[in-house]
Amino acid sequence: MVAILRKELADYFTSIRFFVLFLLVLATSGYGLFAAHSSIRQTLSESGAVTGSGFVFVTLFTSGEGIFTLTFFIMLLVPIIGIALGFDAINSERSGGTLSRLLSQPVYRDSVINGKFLAGIVTLAMMVVTTLLLVSGYGLRMIGVPPTAEEIIRLFIYIVLIIIYGAFWMGLAMLFSVVTRKVSASLLITIAIWFIFFLWTLMGPVFTATIAQSAEGQMTLLRISPLFLFSEATTVLLVPAYRLGFVTMTVGELSYAIPNPLSLGQSLITIWPHLASLVCLSVICFAISYVLFMRQEIRAT
Amino acid sequence: MAENLAIETENLTKSYDGVTVVDHLNLHVRENEVFGLLGPNGAGKTTTILMLLGLTEPGSGTARVCGFNPTREPLKVKRIVGYLPEEVGFYDNLTAGENLKFIAELNNINTAETARRIDEVLEMSGLASDKDMVVGKFSRGMRQRLGIADVLIKEPKVVFLDEPTSGLDPKGINQLLDLISNLPKRGTTVLLSSHQLYQVQRVCQSIGILAKGKMVIEGSIDKLGREALAGGRYTIEVETAEPSVELIDILKKIKGVVKVESKDNVLSINTDSDLRSKIAKAVVDSNASLVQMKVHEFSLDDIYMKYFKES
Repeated sequence: MVAILRKELADYFTSIRFFVLFLLVLATSGYGLFAAHSSIRQTLSESGAVTGSGFVFVTLFTSGEGIFTLTFFIMLLVPIIGIALGFDAINSERSGGTLSRLLSQPVYRDSVINGKFLAGIVTLAMMVVTTLLLVSGYGLRMIGVPPTAEEIIRLFIYIVLIIIYGAFWMGLAMLFSVVTRKVSASLLITIAIWFIFFLWTLMGPVFTATIAQSAEGQMTLLRISPLFLFSEATTVLLVPAYRLGFVTMTVGELSYAIPNPLSLGQSLITIWPHLASLVCLSVICFAISYVLFMRQEIRAT
Repeated sequence: MAENLAIETENLTKSYDGVTVVDHLNLHVRENEVFGLLGPNGAGKTTTILMLLGLTEPGSGTARVCGFNPTREPLKVKRIVGYLPEEVGFYDNLTAGENLKFIAELNNINTAETARRIDEVLEMSGLASDKDMVVGKFSRGMRQRLGIADVLIKEPKVVFLDEPTSGLDPKGINQLLDLISNLPKRGTTVLLSSHQLYQVQRVCQSIGILAKGKMVIEGSIDKLGREALAGGRYTIEVETAEPSVELIDILKKIKGVVKVESKDNVLSINTDSDLRSKIAKAVVDSNASLVQMKVHEFSLDDIYMKYFKES
């Protein structure tokens, strides 16, 4: 499996696709910095109470004009990276005729799919870490406030969250690369799924308001979308004063909420269901593609 | 059994959606021979090979490759077996050497040995000068030859070649056939699937003809030809300057001669064994001038067509 992992990594790093994705990563980091630069002062002063006094550094990632923040772009971009890394994993080998050659070597069939998945995760992790480190480094120069230990832990958990989220999209793309024979089909299908979820996240609040009977029901409907799950978890992690309950509380109830940040442990408990759901989704996608691939006929033509 | 069998199948059967593709196939390939698996398109040749490799599970029946069961012990089989698919594919962005190195890595061959073997197999397949060329720029023939190199790099005991000559030019076909016929000397058994009868006849010692998933006939080419077309007899053709009735009588008296037919200047003699020397002597003794004499060879086409009329 190590040989396959090494070859896949070498493939990714030398491909044009990787170069384009890396440009995208750079652009995102640049945009994130720009957004933070233009609005971090305002965000901090407006929400001094809400953000809590101790969390200046993480605001770098969440401040911006409306929804146009770094975290929002990561929510959009990571699926694209995941899809780009996984959509042709199996069917390009099949159409290129290399799959039967590969599987007639003394390797277990699962090491092929494991190696590819692992190589994708490594590549994805590198991109994510690069983005966050770039923003952190330049951001540190910009605002001059170093991160506290808790903020570093929060950012680290955020990275783990992004990787799980990306793994889901890669697993989904790989699933369709096992199912469909054509590379274009698997790409289109996964992009379509991403787009539907994206629309659901964007327009969902309007639609669901008419369908759902209660605010809780509305949230449940919205949480169908992995994008929404991810963005909620992100907010809880990086804006410690935010409560998931804010959306469903009445004005009266809101006035009783204590405007202090949640401790790290409490934030983790809050997003635990989100994390579990995302891990579950990734595992389901991977497991289905795994089972299908193991049972598939390998024919040269 | 005295002879060692490299490949052996027993009632091997495979169906797809109720259609039986391979039907109770019994195949026997001896060690160190080139065996030709013949049959029209869709006869089940590729499916048979895939089952022998453990890439497809048989519906029923068993297969053994060098004593291993491909379904139960696929890795043991794949370690000693090389497979060249009909449509061989390579990673186009890698060079020929890198493609081979990847396969060597998957076979756990150490680095020094890999370098030696890459040079060796590229030399054998005539690609030594193209080692550092990206495979994407290779022609069809070069790919096919690289496919052979790729199969040989793990120094297999058995190789399966699925239509190895398709898409090659005549010169490439010749080189490839020479290479294949030399493999048994290196201790490699070859199973060649093809419908290019002439090529099969050139390199194979034994053949098996498949039709609709069933083995129609199996055995060595010589034996099959005589059995199929002359009832197990030799046909010797003698051309003389002027055939006489006496000569035919003399020939008929030779022990072992069954039938003598005369057509123009050519006498066609059916015998139980190879009686060329006796016949030649008889012809010369009768003062008829002998122009030429040959044992009629059975072309694979004859055998093939005969069995296909039957089945």
